[in-house]
Amino acid sequence: MSSDTGLTVACLAPILSRHGHNAANLLQILIELQECIGYLPADSITHLAEQLAIPRSRIESVASFYSFLNLKPHGEYRVLFSDNITDRMLGSTELMQKMCQQLWVEPGKVSEDGLVSINTTSCTGMCDQGPAMLVNGCAITRLTHQRVQEIGQLIRNRTPLAEWPADFFRVDDDIRRGGLLLDNKLEPGEVLHVAIVLGADKIIEEIKQANLRGRGGAGFPTGMKWEGCRNAKGNAHYVVCNADEGEPGTFKDRVLLTRQANLVFEGMTLCALAVGAKQGFVYLRGEYQYMLEPLQAVLQRRCDSNLLGKHILGQAGFDFDITIHLGAGAYICGEESALIESLEGKRGVPRNRPPFPVTHGYMQQPTAVDNVETFCQAAVALHMGAEKYRAIGTEKSAGSKLISVSGDCPRPGIYEYPFGVTVREVLQDCGAVNTLAVQISGPSGVCVAEHEFDRKLGFEDLPTAGAFMVFDDSRDMFEVARNYVHFFAHESCGFCTPCRVGTSMLKQTMDKIAAGLGTQYDLAEVENLDHVLQTTSHCGLGRTACNPVLHTLKHFRPAYESRLKSLSFKPAFDLDGALARARQMTGRDDAGAHLKSEES
Amino acid sequence: MSDTFQLDGVTVPFEQGQTVLQAALAGDQYIPHLCYHPEFKPHGSCKLCTIKVNGRTAASCTMPAEAGLNIESDIEELNALRRTLVQMLFAEGNHFCPSCEKSGNCMLQALGYDLEVHTAGFRHMYPDRPVDASHPDILLDFNRCILCELCVRASGEVDGKNVFALSGRGITKHLIVNAESGLLKDTNIELFDKAMQVCPVGVILKKGVGFSQPIGERRYDKSPISAQALQDAPRDPEISGSCDACEDAP
Repeated sequence: MSSDTGLTVACLAPILSRHGHNAANLLQILIELQECIGYLPADSITHLAEQLAIPRSRIESVASFYSFLNLKPHGEYRVLFSDNITDRMLGSTELMQKMCQQLWVEPGKVSEDGLVSINTTSCTGMCDQGPAMLVNGCAITRLTHQRVQEIGQLIRNRTPLAEWPADFFRVDDDIRRGGLLLDNKLEPGEVLHVAIVLGADKIIEEIKQANLRGRGGAGFPTGMKWEGCRNAKGNAHYVVCNADEGEPGTFKDRVLLTRQANLVFEGMTLCALAVGAKQGFVYLRGEYQYMLEPLQAVLQRRCDSNLLGKHILGQAGFDFDITIHLGAGAYICGEESALIESLEGKRGVPRNRPPFPVTHGYMQQPTAVDNVETFCQAAVALHMGAEKYRAIGTEKSAGSKLISVSGDCPRPGIYEYPFGVTVREVLQDCGAVNTLAVQISGPSGVCVAEHEFDRKLGFEDLPTAGAFMVFDDSRDMFEVARNYVHFFAHESCGFCTPCRVGTSMLKQTMDKIAAGLGTQYDLAEVENLDHVLQTTSHCGLGRTACNPVLHTLKHFRPAYESRLKSLSFKPAFDLDGALARARQMTGRDDAGAHLKSEES
Repeated sequence: MSDTFQLDGVTVPFEQGQTVLQAALAGDQYIPHLCYHPEFKPHGSCKLCTIKVNGRTAASCTMPAEAGLNIESDIEELNALRRTLVQMLFAEGNHFCPSCEKSGNCMLQALGYDLEVHTAGFRHMYPDRPVDASHPDILLDFNRCILCELCVRASGEVDGKNVFALSGRGITKHLIVNAESGLLKDTNIELFDKAMQVCPVGVILKKGVGFSQPIGERRYDKSPISAQALQDAPRDPEISGSCDACEDAP
């Protein structure tokens, strides 16, 4: 694949006119340009820089930040195996090896004929139907040896993706237990009719009274956020829906956006009315690109029904539009200020705070950023009334929560419960047996062991964004933690020293222990690194990056200690091995040419 | 009348909009820092200026000063953190002080001495970072880059050239220049650009002047960085203005 200026020019013209030559849409432009050319060659960046009248270094800087954008050719077929621990538990590592052998390609490299590249990617949000992969951005689920072999054949035959069996791309909703959100029968516009009668102030009052808290994990009171945004002065107000569901093991927003898209948009429009916004954005993670068209169709239908656009439901001055922006493979963009940077077409680096997005968000204007599920909950809460809503769940955690169950259980999928459900109840419902541990809320969350299974999901005990990964007693919790540590190192944005370097140091240490070279000294090092990461990191990623190790160390220390050398320190490199080259060059192999081995 | 806060028991006055570090330096109080530069908006990436207030830690360069805060900075707990951060930076790049033209004038090295970093602490990563000697007058030795973005900021905000930018993510993040070839000779950088003057380490070097001042007689050879940082402290009030400046405000 050679770069071709003619191709760039032809591809770029319609893309640029679609985006109004606006550099704030740089990420969207780059995603579309890559789709047209295959990758982003250096001359295409130079050309784009001229067209947008911005420095090319800025474009390169942005393009290189996102995993799904490529500055080098990556093969006509780019295969990315989802690398969450749940994919691995279902055999993804072996499947990937097999595929590499079948297609004669090394992981992470492009095949010599430029046909294919195979690599791993962070969790693609298909943990209930893994192992999963992305091929040229399209999600494929339920991989088996047979399916992987068929895919290999299709690639070899250069069959266009559009002609692959549709069943490969089937994504099931796997709803196992419904509730407030999943069973709702609200018609499009039903909530907005109620909202218009109430007016902005009463909407906010009602949401506050309902005790609604954000479902993205942090649990900030939604009413307060909306009120703060409404009261903040600005030239414009914005509503942003965080659909960058990147926390490994979480896939509830995928299901909400598939089954309840109208409710999501209804909640966003409700928020727009409350805060006085005219423009909304959905930031959809790149892994969910397959949903883009269906979601746009829903938006169009809402426009046609006067539920979006000008004078919504005939209400003068109630104008609101929603635009969907795609992410491109960066977990950090789930952090709200990084998400806003990304929406503005920049690297997804979390901002310094204060100020917060509520007052200085998108384009430095007041912005309400909420999770997909929060918007749904808000719509439902407003419709049923604060009092009834607050009666569901617990005192500090009102309403219901969607839980994404995956891992060692016969019934993985989506479970909706009122807050306050115990870990044990969820385990019973999903049919898990011999459970050793559950990872609540993903790698950045909490690992709970059996004696804690009566703990409750909710803000007062175990806050969760929704992930619920089950591990039975055949699993090695050290390997679970190591997978998560690799994830954080890969996803660190690299802005601050402790997270950029610390997550890599942690990865090195875990790999050293895995290689059988770990010592007590390394475990102490992990604790030291954790302290540095927790106290000095710029954002939550760095502050929680050590959690998987600390939690598993607390509950499953033998899984670590069984791997340790009894020595107090062991270097990660092999001193005697380092002399091998010198021995080879001098032709010596006598005892004097070897270091005395320390033991054995 | 200005408000005050307490820093290690010393009363520090501040103007509205100043951050803790800005007020401290203006008030003759030293807090170790590396990516902060008096002429630029606080950046908050190196985290060396981390302080403690009410049991919580925060980067003092970006934290807005508030009346009545009781801040701790020069305590062993924080200095230990700073030591580790410096060790991380040394392990991340390829820093060979004895052969570096910047030795004695290097802020990273000076902080290392001042914070008593006696050992490497971490396994060195030995990244592969080829130098760029393409420009007739300027050498770029990326091995020493600590990703403080000062050159990025200077070239963009002062020189209006955007010669430098950061590329990649996480541990692969690295400095790039604004040219399709990737080479400095193909940019419009000039010797008298601000970007030439701000590198705290030895990445951006003027060719032809190597070691004109002997090592041992250089800035931080004479006295530690903590004793000198305050000389840089007076700042243009326009620049150290409101905390909106901490953000990427237009």
